[in-house]
Amino acid sequence: MKKVVLLLVVCAMVLLPFSGTLASAQEADLTIGLSFPSLAFAWFAFLEQAVFDKAEILGVEVVSLEAENRVDRQMAIVEDMIIKEVDGVLLVPIEIEAIVPAVLALNAAGIPVVTVDRRLAEGAAEVLAHVGADNLEGGRKAGQFIVDKLTEKYGEPRGVVIELYGTPGAGPAIDRSAGFNEVLAQHPGITVHTRTAYFGRADGMRVMEDVIIGIPEFDAVFGANDEMILGGLEAMKASGVVDVEATITIGFDALPDALASIDQGILDATIEQFPGRQASDGFQVLIDNLREGTVPTEPITLIEPTVITAANLGDAEKAF
Amino acid sequence: MSKAVESLGKKRGLLHSFFVFWDKVGILLVFFLICVIFGILAPRFFHPLNILNVVRQVSITGVIAVGMTFVILLGLIDLSVGSIVAFTGMIAAGFQVNWGGNFFLSIMVPLLIGTGIGFFNGYISTKGRIHPFIISLGSMSIFRGLTLLVARGRPISGMSPEFRFIGAGMVGDVPFPVVLFIGTVILAGIVLKKTVFGRYIYAIGGNSEAALLSGIMVDKIKILAFCVLGFLAGSSGLILTSRLNSAEMLAGTGYELDVISAVIIGGTSLMGGEGGVYGTLVGALLMGVVANGLNLLGVQPFWQMIVRGAILILALLMDQLKRRFLAA
Repeated sequence: MKKVVLLLVVCAMVLLPFSGTLASAQEADLTIGLSFPSLAFAWFAFLEQAVFDKAEILGVEVVSLEAENRVDRQMAIVEDMIIKEVDGVLLVPIEIEAIVPAVLALNAAGIPVVTVDRRLAEGAAEVLAHVGADNLEGGRKAGQFIVDKLTEKYGEPRGVVIELYGTPGAGPAIDRSAGFNEVLAQHPGITVHTRTAYFGRADGMRVMEDVIIGIPEFDAVFGANDEMILGGLEAMKASGVVDVEATITIGFDALPDALASIDQGILDATIEQFPGRQASDGFQVLIDNLREGTVPTEPITLIEPTVITAANLGDAEKAF
Repeated sequence: MSKAVESLGKKRGLLHSFFVFWDKVGILLVFFLICVIFGILAPRFFHPLNILNVVRQVSITGVIAVGMTFVILLGLIDLSVGSIVAFTGMIAAGFQVNWGGNFFLSIMVPLLIGTGIGFFNGYISTKGRIHPFIISLGSMSIFRGLTLLVARGRPISGMSPEFRFIGAGMVGDVPFPVVLFIGTVILAGIVLKKTVFGRYIYAIGGNSEAALLSGIMVDKIKILAFCVLGFLAGSSGLILTSRLNSAEMLAGTGYELDVISAVIIGGTSLMGGEGGVYGTLVGALLMGVVANGLNLLGVQPFWQMIVRGAILILALLMDQLKRRFLAA
């Protein structure tokens, strides 16, 4: 008996923090399916919120499902959307190839698709429009930022740069690194050491701790996303041997934590890709097509990334 | 150990004496050998700061590995530890940032929840006679999902200075997580060797039937071991959240593998009844040193995964061979 009571208490403790709210579906003329990799990444949570906000304005219902960052889950979700007879689909494909068969099934069912942030393989399936980030250009801008800062420091572009690389094989990781190294390769005075930290904060911290030991002298750190650079900053602060404020640091994604860090004068910059704008623009294209039958003149819109520093903090989309 | 001593008189061969020797100090020898190799290849490996780094990095999973040793000694397993880390960390961050910022609650509630999840795993698996492998696989999924549900895709950041002490504070020259980790190892070592609870664990792990017949409350001991593990996984959640100054949704992903590897490499048998926390300490340090050394050398992370897997398999093979040679 005691054990049963104890178990109930434990369950109550576990469930205490929840105050679940169930969104009530309003009367809407259109239902849009939204599928994206996973809420485990703040970036997509923000993107989802932007879609919900836009849908509220337009009076459209959204069915949003996350795929736990697994392509097989995303396949199943998209296939279920066809069964549910949604009017259109807003899609952030996890990978460029894997989800193509599901999109072909959407094409066959006559359901228009707009991709956001990540693209599908060129010409593999019919997509009404793509609104996305230009990771390559973002990487270039991050590279140029570091080159400029090093030139300011030494009077010429030279120094040691640490690059925290994302998950091997992920599109954004490849593109951001390619753009970044394309710029830095033009300056032989700069040495780049690349370390993988899987886009994660804990990994960023761990890898940076080892970097501080292995490469005691470095001038700049580029994190291919904010999570990694924020973890890296914690490691630098804790080490007691690195001057965080003197080190040039730049992240990528303009997450709230990174913006706060820039505000405190710790992080120097981050790259803003405007996920909210990407999502709401893509959503608008989809709704216009369904309501008015308009087809966008430009099938691909890449939103120009911006370097956010303390000087232009106000330009960042304040996530949440 | 005792088996090895008994069988000494029965067989004498070079291989046999090698395995007797291996049983006693094998893992330590490998550990020192690896340290020496890295020390030669990476000049800064023995830098005091680096040694602190390794122990601090290891302490987050090491604390859980101590609890896992209790469970594996019973011949059981728990796969939900990574999810416990994520969930308790998220709850701690919630109390720190969103629900009033009470320091006491932000520590106590996560530890209670961690212990509660351990109790849940232990209670359901022993009373329901279901292997904890399956039960904990279920809780692994449940609590990862609950973590995502609480966070709704938003990491919670910005802990208070006193909370930050748990993961980032120093006691003299030693990081506080290291103090916690080493303290946990010593305490667990005493519990396993000197208390009734500890001796019962070895008895049940060695022969559950015999233990039951000799009047040991087998179920109770098993549930208690899971509670210990849950509590320690909760502690690890606090350390990680405090160190990162943020609770991530993917925190602790894959910890179960690191933790179980540390325990097995440390010489605790998956069958139960053999091993201990000091071996686990060496096992955890060995895995940490391998990751750190390869990082210092700038080796690609894919190789790190390959090397860690190879070490695990080799450790198990040595264990099996030892059994074969030492069996009377």
